[in-house]
Amino acid sequence: MRYTFLLYSDPAMSANMTEEDWAKSKEIYGQYISALHEAGVFIETDWLHPADTATTVTLAGGEKRVQDGPFAETKETLGGYFAIDVPNLDEAMKWAEKCPHVHYGKLEIRASAMDSV
Amino acid sequence: MSEADAQARANDVARAAYGKLVAMLASRSGDIIAAEDALADAFVAALKTWPERGIPNKPEAWLLTVAKNRRTDQLRKDARLVITDEANDMADARQIEPQEAQLDERLKLLFVCAHPAIDEGIRTPLMLQTVLGLEAEQIAKAFLLSPTAMAQRLVRAKKKIKSAGIPFVVPEPEAYPERMSGVLEAVYGAYAVDWMEGDGDLSHEAFFLSNILAELAPDNPEALGLTALIGFIEARRDARLRNGVLVPVPEQDVDLWDRRLIDHSASILTEASLKRTSGRFQLEAAIQAVHAARSVTGKTDWRALSQLYHGLMQAYPSIGGAVSRAAVVAEDAGPAEGLRMLEVINHDGLQQYQPYHAVRAHCLSELDRVAEAAEAYGNAISLCTDAPSQRWLAKKIENLRKKMS
Repeated sequence: MRYTFLLYSDPAMSANMTEEDWAKSKEIYGQYISALHEAGVFIETDWLHPADTATTVTLAGGEKRVQDGPFAETKETLGGYFAIDVPNLDEAMKWAEKCPHVHYGKLEIRASAMDSV
Repeated sequence: MSEADAQARANDVARAAYGKLVAMLASRSGDIIAAEDALADAFVAALKTWPERGIPNKPEAWLLTVAKNRRTDQLRKDARLVITDEANDMADARQIEPQEAQLDERLKLLFVCAHPAIDEGIRTPLMLQTVLGLEAEQIAKAFLLSPTAMAQRLVRAKKKIKSAGIPFVVPEPEAYPERMSGVLEAVYGAYAVDWMEGDGDLSHEAFFLSNILAELAPDNPEALGLTALIGFIEARRDARLRNGVLVPVPEQDVDLWDRRLIDHSASILTEASLKRTSGRFQLEAAIQAVHAARSVTGKTDWRALSQLYHGLMQAYPSIGGAVSRAAVVAEDAGPAEGLRMLEVINHDGLQQYQPYHAVRAHCLSELDRVAEAAEAYGNAISLCTDAPSQRWLAKKIENLRKKMS
């Protein structure tokens, strides 16, 4: 089953990160991605620009509306995601706990609904 | 065979095998709702076929086969429920699996219901429904919720199990410390629901499940603790009511206690304590062990109880524990002290908690504050939901009236 990890955190926390911190962070995430690859469960990942650079588009209500910024102002915002392929939620939770993100942010696990339609 | 006989037999099988059959039907797809629907259809078919053709040799296998076929029909989008005689051809189905495998299936379902990804508050209700086959209405009553609200929450949980892909497996032993506590809590919840008013079948099942869990994880002290705890309480089953009126533990006739079960529970608790990791169920079992000791010593050791409740409240504070502690302190150090303990309880819902009023009334009555005591007993009785406790409270009020006049 395909699971997506949505990575939420408070962007203020990473505001003061130094060059060195970023390098360190890159290395830690690199190790995690390698581990996912080695286990044969990796599908894809991305790391997003901050939520305040978001553009939100909707046609709900009949007319097109474009908003500068995220659809909802929250303290913790979506900063990236991982998509993995594992048999069940227990396996997904094991990988979630190993994700470096959980040490400072929240990780939401969502199963793909593609199979069930 | 009469329809009534067939119904009774179907009910017996349902009770004994419900969780096992749900688990067997749902374990591959993870779809508990579809499994329960198919099983309900199978029971309908049984009620139609069994009175005419007799009860099959292996009723569980019969139900499983019919339910599996029903589900296949459903999958073929044939939504119509057609009850035919086809079921009869399968009366000799030999698919029934060995005892151990069936037990395993039920354990899997138990671990699904108490999965950390399932909201804590719905775990016991979910277990009561899917493992033990209770109706949503009965569960709603026990949890003081409207049947509609309970049904909605149960459906939501079952949908989550399927869509989130919670696996039907007994977890690896390494995961026991983390996973077991939810399961133990749910089993204890199931035991407590049936305790006062139920017919005992449910608490018997819960006791059975706790024993299975203790066997599954003999190194888990809390699994042992729960088994001992339920064992001590079960041992008092025949003494808890006298003519339909509740008899508090310290007043029960010890000759009616099951000595063998008490000894067995005591040895399990000792086994648990050797693991040197304390926990809520072990402490609660230790409290029951002190009560049980009265059958040997002839009196209740209130000081020991007071100390154990102190320990329990330090580590696992709860409204029930706090009120019980006050009751124990009232016996050990006097009613004024008991009253003082009640006054410092700071818990949401205290005013709606029946035992709080009952213990308070007892303390006030002992202090000869009769009018206040009568009022407190009145509050208790208006909050009381089970008949044996209501009768007991009514008796207390009657005694107070005699005291007043």
